Amino acid sequence: MAHTTRVLQSEWTKVRSVRSTLWTLFAAFIVTVGLSALICAFTNSGYDDFSAEEKATFDPTFISFAGMTLGQLAMIAFGVLVVANEYSTGMIRSSLSAVPQRGTFMACKLLVATALVLVVGMLTSFITFFVGQALLGDLGTSLGEPGVTRAVIGGGLYMTLITLFAMGVSFVLRSPLLAFGILMPFFFLISNILGSVSATRNVGHYLPDQAGSMIMSVVEGGMEGGDRPYGPWGGLLIMVGWVIAALIAGYLVLKKRDA
Amino acid sequence: MIEAYGLTKRYGAKTAVYNLSFQVRPGAVTGFLGPNGSGKSTTMRMILGLDEPTSGQVTVGGYNFRNLPNAPRQVGALLDAKAVHSGRNARNHLLSLAQLSGIPARRVDEVLGVVGLQEVGSKRSKGFSLGMGQRLGIAAALLGDPQVLLFDEPVNGLDPEGILWVRNLMKRLASEGRTVFVSSHLMSEMAQTADHLIVIGRGQMMADTSVDNFIAQNSVGFARVRTPDGEPEQREKLGAALAAAGGQVQPEEDGALRVTGVPLPQISDLAHGADVRLWELSPHQASLEEAYMRMTQGAVDYRSTADQRTGLQTPAGPPAGYGAPGGAPPYGAPGGAGYPPQQPQPQGQPQPQQYAPPQGWQAPPAQAAAPTTTAAPTPEDHR
Repeated sequence: MAHTTRVLQSEWTKVRSVRSTLWTLFAAFIVTVGLSALICAFTNSGYDDFSAEEKATFDPTFISFAGMTLGQLAMIAFGVLVVANEYSTGMIRSSLSAVPQRGTFMACKLLVATALVLVVGMLTSFITFFVGQALLGDLGTSLGEPGVTRAVIGGGLYMTLITLFAMGVSFVLRSPLLAFGILMPFFFLISNILGSVSATRNVGHYLPDQAGSMIMSVVEGGMEGGDRPYGPWGGLLIMVGWVIAALIAGYLVLKKRDA
Repeated sequence: MIEAYGLTKRYGAKTAVYNLSFQVRPGAVTGFLGPNGSGKSTTMRMILGLDEPTSGQVTVGGYNFRNLPNAPRQVGALLDAKAVHSGRNARNHLLSLAQLSGIPARRVDEVLGVVGLQEVGSKRSKGFSLGMGQRLGIAAALLGDPQVLLFDEPVNGLDPEGILWVRNLMKRLASEGRTVFVSSHLMSEMAQTADHLIVIGRGQMMADTSVDNFIAQNSVGFARVRTPDGEPEQREKLGAALAAAGGQVQPEEDGALRVTGVPLPQISDLAHGADVRLWELSPHQASLEEAYMRMTQGAVDYRSTADQRTGLQTPAGPPAGYGAPGGAPPYGAPGGAGYPPQQPQPQGQPQPQQYAPPQGWQAPPAQAAAPTTTAAPTPEDHR
């Protein structure tokens, strides 16, 4: 047990002593809040031009998380850097010669990063919600409305889970370049395209980000296509499934392959 | 104490290390020598449990490394001086390693002082020179005050002062009763630092002996004897006389003879008796570097070929045939890329292309006398 505490301490030192990892967290916060605020402001001024259908399914909670589609990329970058930099720098060999128990090493790294991301994610989620609602003015909602608190806490969970997913994938790919090259286009483009094209939408619904972001919607049909076969928690559960799969794959690779 | 039994590592079809068995004892510096790519680093990574051996095993203090209780306090290692996040400063790098091992933070400043980096401890390692990186790596190895130390090429990139410092550090660590295992590809460096030598080539054991023993066996003196050029029969005659007197005679690249086992005055007497004139009779000492190269010659993975500079020639050049001493056809003529053609090639080694020396470019004789080419090993020359 004392051993685990030491590894946790060490991982904390690693995270806090590198500027790039901290910058990515800061970027996730700024981008999410800033972009959401911008979209909320535009929505507020252009609401009168919305069609009746759009007005009927308008989801003031979900719209205040709009910036997260970009902000999550910074979170993914954080997850990739924390894990894959060990490999690209060769630090992994020092780390693993000091902690030959690879499972412990991985668990501690994930725990430290997850704790940090959870704090930043929750902070981001709540602030982007409040800023967004303030800018929406009369259209806004409040934490007291049914489902809204769930959605805001869910936003923080979503950011945490997407980072965990990135870390699991990075443990498999073991290279920041490879991990960025696969994760970024996937979440920035492919997932959105699959979700928008009607032929592939049913598949796209089960991708981690598409399913997970359901937790942030409050009004049914608020997200494009209200025909999803799962609810907010069901969606989050699908995302958790993806995360667990990625982490197990990462663990197996770390365990089996030579460092 | 590090013990390896039948250690083998294959990467796909390539065998990096094959059937290595050795012991590294405490209280001595053990040098681990081999050409580039001979499996030194792979062996070290297997000792540290980073790579899983394909077969065989290696233990530290009787334990498989992954089962070693409190490993970082038992074993310290420098594997790669560049294995540092360049955006992290030296102190934080060491601190994260120290915390992993439960070593108090003040120890970080101690080791920074030991390696002489206390001034730059708060600088990001991005700006470190290779030598500073080596020192940081050595500091990391010393953190846990371990009984077993592994250093992979610790003097790479160090200045002469740094090399001397590393040498003394190794010796001091060994004199404190620790096990010190140092890899290098420089025989001369190891001859001054190590007490014991383990030499591998192509992943296989070539020698496991004390340095004194290695020197005694390999730095034998020899005489160089040259008979008049253009009269090969004189050389044949002398060679026969020397062999009859119990000497070992090997041809040199430039047509001279390398004679061992017969003292210089006797060579002169024999030549006089055989009515052979001598152009040269000189005493020589084979260097350890030479002995080491002879030992690993068949086991070098990355061998350079002569630069032919085809297409870069200007028609004007030294006259063709320049530098080729006449009258030595039976023995390896110079310019043959330095390969003794009769040497058995190890399996998998592409046969070097024998080529006609291009016109206008001829290897000068000095090149033929380069260390790799001095010894033209006959099969019994391999120990």
